Amino acid sequence: MDIDLQAVEAAAKELYIRALKVLPPDIKDGFARLQQHETGATAQSVLGTMVRNIAVAEQTDNLLCQDTGIPIYNVTIGRGVAVDGHALKQALRRGCERATREYPLRSSVVHPLTRRNEHTSCGIEVPVIHVDFDDTPDTLSIEMVPKGSGSENGSFLRMAIPAEGVAAIKTFVIDCVLAAGGKTCPPTIVGVGLGGTSDLVVALAKRAATRPLGSVCDDPEGAALERQLSEAVNLLGVGPQGLGGDSTAFAVHVELAATHITMNPIAVNMQCHSARRARATFTPAGVAYGF
Amino acid sequence: MTHHVLEMPVSEAQVRALRIDDTVTLQRTLYGIRDATQIHMFDRGRRTRLDLRGHAVIHTAPNVRKVPVSAEHPAGYAPVCIGTTTSDRMERFTRVLMEREGVRLIIGKGGLREGSSQAFADLGGAYLAIVGGTAALETTWIEQIEDVDLDDLNPESLWRFRIRDFGPLLVAMDSHGGSLYRSVQAETAARRAQVLASLGVQA
Repeated sequence: MDIDLQAVEAAAKELYIRALKVLPPDIKDGFARLQQHETGATAQSVLGTMVRNIAVAEQTDNLLCQDTGIPIYNVTIGRGVAVDGHALKQALRRGCERATREYPLRSSVVHPLTRRNEHTSCGIEVPVIHVDFDDTPDTLSIEMVPKGSGSENGSFLRMAIPAEGVAAIKTFVIDCVLAAGGKTCPPTIVGVGLGGTSDLVVALAKRAATRPLGSVCDDPEGAALERQLSEAVNLLGVGPQGLGGDSTAFAVHVELAATHITMNPIAVNMQCHSARRARATFTPAGVAYGF
Repeated sequence: MTHHVLEMPVSEAQVRALRIDDTVTLQRTLYGIRDATQIHMFDRGRRTRLDLRGHAVIHTAPNVRKVPVSAEHPAGYAPVCIGTTTSDRMERFTRVLMEREGVRLIIGKGGLREGSSQAFADLGGAYLAIVGGTAALETTWIEQIEDVDLDDLNPESLWRFRIRDFGPLLVAMDSHGGSLYRSVQAETAARRAQVLASLGVQA
């Protein structure tokens, strides 16, 4: 299957705008579950406002949140797909820039030293583009995540050691949720990365934070840990917006990788309640949009 | 718990009447301010021609569309999506914002710290919590972008919005030393050991 790069550019633009406007169904279901179990009056009121906002965004065709985030494109290339990889990355960048200029979206991206904003949502190494491969025949998938800064600032890395064991992992996650308080716009998805190297473990935490609600870690030990932690964080009482309540997180997600005999790396990355993402799937039948 | 409707600007007495857990709806005028705005105003000595005395500021950097200046759009900007950012990053500007510019109310999400709590007590101010991430809703409370200053910092300019029925907002920090964030932090810290024990970890 050949990929039309004009179509990729158009999809990169469309995905950014779609992701900012329509929340995936798994997140909407997550809100419904939290509303069923929340016992705090303020927390119920805050959750109600969040759910109302989702409806207002759809009715007024507006963005859910003002934060257009740092644009991230996750590309997965299946088998039998013929594409110029370099040109694909350029097309994604052009689409991102066009979404920003043509919609127009707030460009939230600046140079880290000069703080200069090019008003394109692009800059050095941004949009962030990840490319991976899988064995799906004749399919190219592009997932777009506009990663909001309130939750991204709730990112933590600890290079624990083997003697600290799993206790260090559990303690670190709980302490990160406490440190984040209301700053990360809870209820959040708490993404936990385990193992690998320092850079890989942070990437795993981001993958975990942006996984759909209801998905489960492939590793059975990781899956058991995410179940335990999901229950535990909602006993802390941080609540929606850090104003108290049962609904601190939709879930804790864990992603893990093998690591070194001397290492026990732990990373936490959070996703806010506006857990936005959108997906375009290219097949011989055309382009389909979803989540 | 009392609901207050405040026609902006307000007096010190009006702000001192606010207590945590009260709710507030603002009318007429609201200023938008953010990290870069305050870094430039207070670290780099830039001044604004806008008069913030007695007013409320919201921690924001909006999505706007540039349009020709008209009666409807006097600043040459139409609102697209206006929401709220995390306040904690701007903690160190609270006192100077109140002392130098005369601001009385700060609207944001996630709360401010002890320094701000003290400034609210000393000078007569309060922090009103809005629900973060609900910008589509907030945008329906904003009628117009009336004015803009320090616009070289766009989108982190100093914005003046005309608002109608902006709220309800929750009084989360008041001028009497009250802070919902401090209370929640104390409660959550007290639960830490028990939560860790439920995970089989001795704290």
